[in-house]
Amino acid sequence: MEFAFTEEHEELRQTVRRFLEGKSDEQAVRALMATERGYSEEVWRQMAEQMALQAMIVPEQYGGAGFGPVELSIVLEEMGRTLLCAPYLSTAVLAVNALLAVGSESAQADILPGIAAGETVATVAFVDAGGGWEIDDVQTRATADGAAWRLTGRKAYVLDGHVADVLLVVARAADGVGLFRVEPNASGLRRDLTPTLDLTRKLASIELDGVAATRVDAGGDGAAALRKAVALTAVALAAEQVGGAQKCLELSTEYAKTRLQFGRPIGSFQAIKHRCADMLVAVEFAKSAAYHAAFRAAESDDEAEILAAAHLAKSFCSDAYFDVTNETIQVHGGMGFTWEHPAHLYFKRAKSSAVLFGDPLEHREKLAEHLGL
Amino acid sequence: MAHIEMSEQELRERTRALLEASNPDRVDQYTFRGVQYDHGLAWVHFPEGYGGLGLNPKMQAVVNDELRKNAKTFYEDLNINPIGIGMGAPVVLTHGTDEMKKTLLRRIFTGEDIWCQLFSEPGAGSDVAGLSSRAVRDGDDWVVNGQKVWTTLAHISRWGMLVTRTNPDVPKHLGMSYFLLDMKAPGVEVLPLYQITGEAEFNEVFLNDVRIPHERMLGDEGDGWKVAITTLMNERTALGGGSGRRGGGPVGVLQALWKQNAERHSGASRAVLRDKITQLAIKSELLRLTSHRARAASKAGNPGPEGSVGKLAQAELYKKVWECSLDVLGADALVYEPGYELRRPEAEERRDHLLYAKYQFLRSRANSIEGGTSEIMRNILGERVLGLPGEPRVDKDVAWKDVPRGG
Ligand SMILES: Cc1cc2nc3c(=O)[nH]c(=O)nc-3n(C[C@H](O)[C@H](O)[C@H](O)COP(=O)(O)OP(=O)(O)OC[C@H]3O[C@@H](n4cnc5c(N)ncnc54)[C@H](O)[C@@H]3O)c2cc1C
Repeated sequence: MEFAFTEEHEELRQTVRRFLEGKSDEQAVRALMATERGYSEEVWRQMAEQMALQAMIVPEQYGGAGFGPVELSIVLEEMGRTLLCAPYLSTAVLAVNALLAVGSESAQADILPGIAAGETVATVAFVDAGGGWEIDDVQTRATADGAAWRLTGRKAYVLDGHVADVLLVVARAADGVGLFRVEPNASGLRRDLTPTLDLTRKLASIELDGVAATRVDAGGDGAAALRKAVALTAVALAAEQVGGAQKCLELSTEYAKTRLQFGRPIGSFQAIKHRCADMLVAVEFAKSAAYHAAFRAAESDDEAEILAAAHLAKSFCSDAYFDVTNETIQVHGGMGFTWEHPAHLYFKRAKSSAVLFGDPLEHREKLAEHLGL
Repeated sequence: MAHIEMSEQELRERTRALLEASNPDRVDQYTFRGVQYDHGLAWVHFPEGYGGLGLNPKMQAVVNDELRKNAKTFYEDLNINPIGIGMGAPVVLTHGTDEMKKTLLRRIFTGEDIWCQLFSEPGAGSDVAGLSSRAVRDGDDWVVNGQKVWTTLAHISRWGMLVTRTNPDVPKHLGMSYFLLDMKAPGVEVLPLYQITGEAEFNEVFLNDVRIPHERMLGDEGDGWKVAITTLMNERTALGGGSGRRGGGPVGVLQALWKQNAERHSGASRAVLRDKITQLAIKSELLRLTSHRARAASKAGNPGPEGSVGKLAQAELYKKVWECSLDVLGADALVYEPGYELRRPEAEERRDHLLYAKYQFLRSRANSIEGGTSEIMRNILGERVLGLPGEPRVDKDVAWKDVPRGG
């Protein structure tokens, strides 16, 4: 059968929800999004110590919990509900997926325990300035310098790149695309916080001018493996989108029940009620897409199937989340347009997460190829 | 009532045992499906003895998969007896007497008795509870007068599910009763209705002094609405399940047409059409997965208002899929090969993809009307699932006879 959550899964969901409701309410989100760092070091520590959240998909031998895409998606869905401000997607999802995909044993042993313990903030600088999430777009060069390497290029949209202690960089060497590690304070390296559309998720640009680097992959061309790492990250992000969309549906429904105009709740007008019904259908479909992709990633060993489910989920959940947040503003009227109301926080998160790791059109293009269209 | 647990493995073995006992490639439909019923593999979520094994409804997919794999002939329930299997059987199981279950269920499944649904009337469609046909008690019988409309398959039906008014002096929902109508009874007159496709799959049914024995009432007098709701919820689930297989159903036809006709299109229009087809393929797959999720989550018994998610989504999606099929055909969409001569649809009529798409382009307009319109589905989702307030009602606490009505 295609997917079924267990009781343990439901428990995990409830525990994470309770934790985040306490640590990441709207007030906390608003306070953190206004800071340059963008997250609370204290909550980050508690996430690790009380919940072991950063350890989710880190293998047990490296101090992790050894869970897979399904459990990770549950956590992300809950984070999406509350718009948690933390370097989680970068550290515990993207960096771990990249290291598990191409990392050498010594690099995994070196970096993963720190991530699992919540001591490390890690990220992957993937996209080149002016490029996209297609691995063939990567132009940043890695040249051998004895046993060491030197990197030159410009990276953009690096998740939490301004604060990461472990900076992993995707660069092109003579034998193909590889993964390299640079020290954040190395000479020739410059990182700048990017002014983002979505304040709840921080991005940085990174310039590399002959920066000394160590190679952390196991050698050879890592293009295919990195593509899969990005796909798995997109699956997690799709779950985050589902969480946000569900929350917006709840906000809209609640408001439609209580806001009175013309002597009756606005939810009794079909123009509003029917928008809410359409949002419900979109959210249900998005759940099917995200859950299916997570279960495929966890259970299938057919690479093409996993990628197809990821493309489907990322394209559909992106569009659904955006539409639902857009409707949320409309249902709330002028209130929905204000800074004080959270609708715009979800709206901006929806747009930014639609673009990250490839927009819906790019994912559909790949799915179309898979379907032979 | 909890579902009985049975492993997929064991269910597959039982299905193979059925195929040993009877082979659909060698015996006729009625014989094979009769044996399937006796093995409890007709609708596995029904109780033992009534064509089922008391399993979770999602397990039916295992049986069907095994049947498809091991025999050339596979009968789609929807082609055999759509209304009887989709609605008649669950209604009889939920509200019928033991006698009715024993005599009716097996013949519904085999297709020996086709069923129809006599709900809609000229003056009562979306507001079916406002209906005007009347039944008056006369000794052990009820005598019915009135007109039904849009009655699919009435012309070949053995039994009809009839909702009619037995008390006009109470508010509309409280004054109806539900009967099994013998379609061969004197006073039942069925006339074809000519449709957008040129076919007549539905009918007008006139009821003139039709006598129905009291024991053919389902539920008690005045329970008609409750039984009707069971019928409608099952109808919506039947109409919202998507295709059983990935890439099957309408979007499978669309994709096949695209492969044959992509060359008709070039440049930007080709890219746009290709993306449109991809979006429709995505939604079709999500419709399938969502109904799968709903089935897995379903408790024993009849479906609830959540079924309207699938009904609404499927109606709107299938209309778009068939519209897109015509876009794929380009200028060939100007031609309608079958013509519009009045004809009765034949269940087993095989059409090639191209003709099928053109026909479905027209037929699918009904998807967002039949079984409850898309507007009514959105009302149900808004009010019954999301809990939004209803609209101000002008007919709620008023006796049915005092409510204004047209047609
Ligand atoms: C192919 C086909 C097969 C059918 N088969 C059967 C059958 O076998 N048995 C049977 O009993 N019936 C059958 N029907 C009838 C079907 O159930 C009705 O057509 C349907 O319920 C709508 O009723 P109506 O046609 O009277 O339209 P109306 O109810 O008059 O609706 C007209 C328009 O008004 C809208 N509307 C009505 N009320 C509201 C509201 N409260 N809020 C918002 N909008 C509203 C509708 O959505 C629609 O757009 C069939 C219909 C079709 C098309």
